Amino acid sequence: MNTRELTCIVCPRGCRINVRLGDSGAPEEITGYSCPRGLEYAKTECTHPTRIVTSTVRTSGGGVVPVKTSAPVPKEDITAVMTAIKSVTAPLPVHIGDVLIKNVCGTGADILATDSRE
Amino acid sequence: MKCELVIVGAGPAGMAAAVSAYDAGIRDILLLERGEREGGILLQCIHNGFGLHRFGEELTGPEYAARYADMVRERGIRVLTGTTVISVSRDRRVTAVSRTEGYMTIECGAVILAMGCRERPRGALNIPGFRPSGVYTAGTAQKLVNIMGIMPGREVVILGSGDIGLIMARRMTLEGARVRAVCELLPYSGGLARNIEQCLNDFQIPLKLSHTVTGIHGRGRLSGVTISEVDKSRRPIPGTEEYIPCDTLLLSCGLLPENELTKGAGITLDRVTGGAVVDGGRQCDAPGIFACGNVLHVHDLVDYVSEEAALAGESAAEFIKSTRKKAEKSAGKAIGGRTTGEIANDAKADEIPPDVDIKITTDGRVRYTVPQRLRRAEDVRLYFRVSDVFRGATVLATLSDGRVIAKKKALHLAPGEMETLLLKGKDLAGVSSGEIKITLEAEE
Repeated sequence: MNTRELTCIVCPRGCRINVRLGDSGAPEEITGYSCPRGLEYAKTECTHPTRIVTSTVRTSGGGVVPVKTSAPVPKEDITAVMTAIKSVTAPLPVHIGDVLIKNVCGTGADILATDSRE
Repeated sequence: MKCELVIVGAGPAGMAAAVSAYDAGIRDILLLERGEREGGILLQCIHNGFGLHRFGEELTGPEYAARYADMVRERGIRVLTGTTVISVSRDRRVTAVSRTEGYMTIECGAVILAMGCRERPRGALNIPGFRPSGVYTAGTAQKLVNIMGIMPGREVVILGSGDIGLIMARRMTLEGARVRAVCELLPYSGGLARNIEQCLNDFQIPLKLSHTVTGIHGRGRLSGVTISEVDKSRRPIPGTEEYIPCDTLLLSCGLLPENELTKGAGITLDRVTGGAVVDGGRQCDAPGIFACGNVLHVHDLVDYVSEEAALAGESAAEFIKSTRKKAEKSAGKAIGGRTTGEIANDAKADEIPPDVDIKITTDGRVRYTVPQRLRRAEDVRLYFRVSDVFRGATVLATLSDGRVIAKKKALHLAPGEMETLLLKGKDLAGVSSGEIKITLEAEE
């Protein structure tokens, strides 16, 4: 039997969550979280950890525009997602919420602009 | 030029203050912003995690700023960008210079100070060594990478574990740089636990607690730094030196409220926060001048900045309305043969009479509170920070007569996390002056 101590990243409280893992590695007992989102985070973190990725994309004007993934992506795909983000140039103008890459690296998440550039 | 409400700075604090003053009935509002657009530091904070409290969803910095910029625009509030305020006087005269408007002096009904804060620079840290290029504050690096699209370096050491330093450790790593270490002088991190997790642990970046940079090497460009372990009194321990080759050193060693204008107005500052001493409505000791956001005290979360700024906006609106009433009254009386001088004096005698005058003091373990004084017997939420990491702590608010009016228990208190304590207005009944002492008792 194994235990894991996690720091929740869902909100700035940073709850310390304790997870008891079964023989199969699946979480069996989760304590220390203080909201449903925290419980969800602990389950995901022990089975298939994910993160929102934020970065910038080059624009046709030579500058950059900030972007994010529309949903959390698997942690092991972060490097591939960054490579995809670096390979595109967004034609101006860019508006906040524009989809710059659809279904990035097959994760199901889109790359969205988080600011506007004229 | 005259204006009922001038707000200095259109970052998150200034925009939230403008919106709340407008919603409280003030229409003649002018937001003055030094930058090219409104948004302030949020524009370069492209990471997510903003807005959970305020909007119930997780936004990036530019998205959070856009929400408020939209609210400002929908209300038709005037924003003058590219405009630097060069002085604010105690009698609410604001002098500014602008690319489009030139030099201007504005007589204001009320002023809200929302200038934000700056990072502690290398010059204030006394790090021995040479002065090569490649030493930046974390926020400068953040602007270079996220706004200008320029990578400042490839091999990075970060001094200080403030949130911006942690966020930049991740950002530089994602952009292909190698972050060799984050050194923190104190035995604990100044950043949020979740940032240690997702910015350092996710990328196996070592956090070296009780370590500092004791040497900067390189002529022209930075070639490396020497780091050393420090003892309990934060002195480097001889023999623990380690040389780390790097081309970039980022400094994330604390934020300082930017209060040159406040000082110029002769407003009393709090030595601990570096911001103005304010009452529950965030009014400074100059009537009609308010302060909110990071210029008042450095916040952990922008959500709390917005909350505080909304409060300051409402208080400023109330002040303006009370001044208006007095002016109308004296205009009425003027028919009875009063001089214009008397009318002007009446309009200037503009302090809203306080119900109470209570000072809030702290014991040092609680480093400070905002507000520092109370002028109304109403519910007030005290914001405070502690001086060290405490476990099993109780924070108490005690009146001069020994009565405890508020108590808060916490399993874990740390300097990096701002805490709150609610004082009930009804508990202040019958107390018109004196002080409330905020103290901390802990198991260890």
